[in-house]
Amino acid sequence: MSLWRQLTHGLRVLVRRADADHDLGDEVQHYLEQSVAAHRARGLSPDDALRAARLEIGNITVVRERVRDAGWEHVVGTLAADVRYAARRLRRSPGFTTVCVLTLALGIGASTAIFSAVYPVLFQPLPYPGGNRIVSLADVGDAGQPIDVTYGTFNELAHRSRSFADLAAVDRWAPALTTRDEPERLTGARVTPRYFQVFGVKPAVGRAFDATDDAQGAPRVAIVSDAFARRHLGTARTAIGRSITLDGEPYTVIGVMPPTFDDLLTPAADVWAPRRYLANASFESAEWGHHMRMVGRLARGVSIAQARREIAAIGATPTADFPRPVWASMTRGLDVQSLRDAVTRGVRPAMLAILIAVALVLAIACVNVTNLLLASGTRRRAEMAMRAALGAGRGRIIRQLLTETLLLAAVGGALGLAVSTFGVRALIALAPAELPRANAIGLNAPALVFAIALTTLVGVIVGLVPALQGATRELRIGSQSDTRTTRRSSHALRRSLVVTEVALALVLLVGAGLMLRSLARLFATTPGFDATHVLTMQLDVAGQHYDSDAASRQFFEQVLERVRHLPGVTEAAFTSQLPLSGDVPDGYGVQWESVPRSRNEMPSALRYTVTPEWFRAMRIPLIRGRLLQESDRPGDGEAIVISQSLARHEFPDIDPIGQRLRIGPDIGDTTRPWGTVVGVVSDVKQTSLALGAEDAFYAALGQWRWVDNIQSLVVRTTGDPTLLAGAVERAIWSVNRNVPIVRIAPMHELLARSEAQRRFVLTVFETFALAALALAVIGIYGVLAAGVAERMRELGVRAALGASPERIRALVLRQGMGLTGIGIAAGVLAAALATRAIVTLLFGVSPLDPLTYLGVIALLLGVSAIACWVPAWRAARVDPAVTLRAE
Amino acid sequence: MSQPTTDVIPGTLDMLILKTLSLEPMHGYGIARRVEQISRGVFKVNPGSLLTALQRLERAGWLDAEWRTSENARRARYYSLTRAGRKQLEVEAADWKRRAAAVARLLNAEG
Repeated sequence: MSLWRQLTHGLRVLVRRADADHDLGDEVQHYLEQSVAAHRARGLSPDDALRAARLEIGNITVVRERVRDAGWEHVVGTLAADVRYAARRLRRSPGFTTVCVLTLALGIGASTAIFSAVYPVLFQPLPYPGGNRIVSLADVGDAGQPIDVTYGTFNELAHRSRSFADLAAVDRWAPALTTRDEPERLTGARVTPRYFQVFGVKPAVGRAFDATDDAQGAPRVAIVSDAFARRHLGTARTAIGRSITLDGEPYTVIGVMPPTFDDLLTPAADVWAPRRYLANASFESAEWGHHMRMVGRLARGVSIAQARREIAAIGATPTADFPRPVWASMTRGLDVQSLRDAVTRGVRPAMLAILIAVALVLAIACVNVTNLLLASGTRRRAEMAMRAALGAGRGRIIRQLLTETLLLAAVGGALGLAVSTFGVRALIALAPAELPRANAIGLNAPALVFAIALTTLVGVIVGLVPALQGATRELRIGSQSDTRTTRRSSHALRRSLVVTEVALALVLLVGAGLMLRSLARLFATTPGFDATHVLTMQLDVAGQHYDSDAASRQFFEQVLERVRHLPGVTEAAFTSQLPLSGDVPDGYGVQWESVPRSRNEMPSALRYTVTPEWFRAMRIPLIRGRLLQESDRPGDGEAIVISQSLARHEFPDIDPIGQRLRIGPDIGDTTRPWGTVVGVVSDVKQTSLALGAEDAFYAALGQWRWVDNIQSLVVRTTGDPTLLAGAVERAIWSVNRNVPIVRIAPMHELLARSEAQRRFVLTVFETFALAALALAVIGIYGVLAAGVAERMRELGVRAALGASPERIRALVLRQGMGLTGIGIAAGVLAAALATRAIVTLLFGVSPLDPLTYLGVIALLLGVSAIACWVPAWRAARVDPAVTLRAE
Repeated sequence: MSQPTTDVIPGTLDMLILKTLSLEPMHGYGIARRVEQISRGVFKVNPGSLLTALQRLERAGWLDAEWRTSENARRARYYSLTRAGRKQLEVEAADWKRRAAAVARLLNAEG
């Protein structure tokens, strides 16, 4: 009731100001008349009565103002007046306003864009109910790094652990979908039955998997994504019960996930099917390979630390019910992380580096605008003195000045939002493919809230110093010359701000420089092969009904035969894994006849099953021995080529050629014949250019135990490899019409893509560093130019007393370069500390790389010299006669 | 001998206004005069404070205000107590009596 009255009465005053004023005037007038009448009744003359009444009431205007100021609407009213006034003032100096608004728009826009990219990846809860209770469980590798788990480990934990409400394991799956048109390769996952319960998401239509679906021999069922259902099966509703052919097998669709569901472990997944592994499989079977990821939903009341302890305890106490092979012995425990930390682990350093970079840009933008405001404050001294003289209090003046900066910030923020829409689009286009949750990046509600909060904060921060300065200075009113001391303190402040700007810009430039040098170093390191003129693509023959390995081997050989005969092709080969392509590294244990070891101690190496022309197609040089040959056929003794690093690690002193070895999942099986090392080739980078050489061995496709369904074709061409893509595809399809072909890319592009994350950080750093440099230069120029303008008289006197233009120029230059010098010194210190944040992103470059620092310092000195030169030149041209006459 | 007049004791103006208006609706000047009369000239009401207080009390829902034509045919703003205002007066009066009694006891205490 009373709140309602407060509101309506206040609003009435605001909306109908004249009426309200009129009423109040009437009331006060009535009071006065009554008072006069009372005095007259006591016998005073009309004049005396009026005087007495006036004395009693006091100043009528003051009374009216007191009453008017009491309501809340008064605050709104003055605020509106302040805003109107501020807007008028900003309109009147369009140059100043434009520079301020653009600077703020840049700072706020960049920050908002980066925030909208970083927030969903690093900070937002996962998009699942109770998402923070989902954890990822990984086995621990030789070097302590997290690696995929085996199904056996999952099976044991699913039975023994009590920490989880649901536990599931998932296996990558890329089935080929057979349709009437071209075959399509899908992104999918094969999962244990409780997979969707872990995420807490049910299919929108149909049902989730249950234990019966996981039984061997049960009807094949699949759950598909909403997008897949719409693309191939009409709608989600009509999809249920339909049959789809995956890898040549019919699957019945039993469920469609909601359109909002995003499987973080299999981004953009189209299809899920039960894994159907055996609980009691032999150690030689796929069930005991490290190839699954495990996720669990913590049971109610169980913390992640408790779960970690329980898993460690289970790992330490093997039971007879769950025998474990040595490679999945859980002796090192398991790596239990929240799912969010696990999926963002790879990109966290890059994200944090970018966050720091944008904070620096924002800081520089704020400093710059503060500086401009201080400069304009000096020019507004007379206005402030007038306000103070008319009775404006300190608080009132601060409020007026803050209103101005808030208005500036608001306009800048609005423009910044426009900037950030472009920024976000650019970021999404630039973002490395492995960025998790990339689809959540956008200008959404949290980003808008952030932008608004940031705008307000910036408005206050930017305005506070100039406002305080303006207010303190002007309350001591005096003649203009009296303010010389305060002017000096304002100058000191502005100089220190310029120093700050230079320092911050240097930090960013050093960061960009270090990233640039790292990438240059990376691409200067040889990947171990020649990536130019090589076309690559991936083929999948799963589901093509090649009943035997011989049949699918024949397919691959026929393809090679046809591709080789295409004009422009010099060599063509298949490999089971392609270097630097993002293929999941595929490694196996190596057992040497001459080095007796327990299975636990046997080293492992990457396995490449290749056709013999591989080495020539990739230009991988032979170090000793021979390469694989067409004559290495099944049934002969297995010929193995090893990498130089494997040879060096295992046989540093003797010739490895002729050493006998067993390789593969069945090492230790004494019934298997030994293979023989026939050659050593130079090393190839498989996972990243930044990593050292990884041990590897090469087996011939003709001799390896099985034929991989998914193989990469490499084709060396005489000309531009991309031009041949169509012809190669047609050649493949002329052998088999139904084989899906994916990831068609020239090798040099894959190489560049493998460093996408560093390149991404570099691009962002470069952009920001250039913006920072520009802002800092504007800052230096602004301070010097204002300084020169204010010192015209002094410079004129100097010139009149005989200072040569050169000396005056040197004076100004010295001042400007002095500021730059101090800024550089401070910046070098700051950079030495700040670059620690990007150490993990650097390659072959120390964070204190002297060359980078020297280059950046030279750049800053050069650019600021140009910025100083203009005011210096102007100062030197001061005509003493003109300035002195102006006195 | 007339006693020296003082300003209203801080914090009591609202209560005095409410009390005055509990007798009959009145305009601003009338309220000021009534307070002075009843206090026998001890309290003098500052018009600025009075009008501000009237606006505040009205917005709090304790007073109603309406424009009427006064005795001498002038537009005047008359205030009257609302039901909520009457309740508020009781609360404030009880509170004041309690405190005044306590102060009186302290001042009368012997020794």
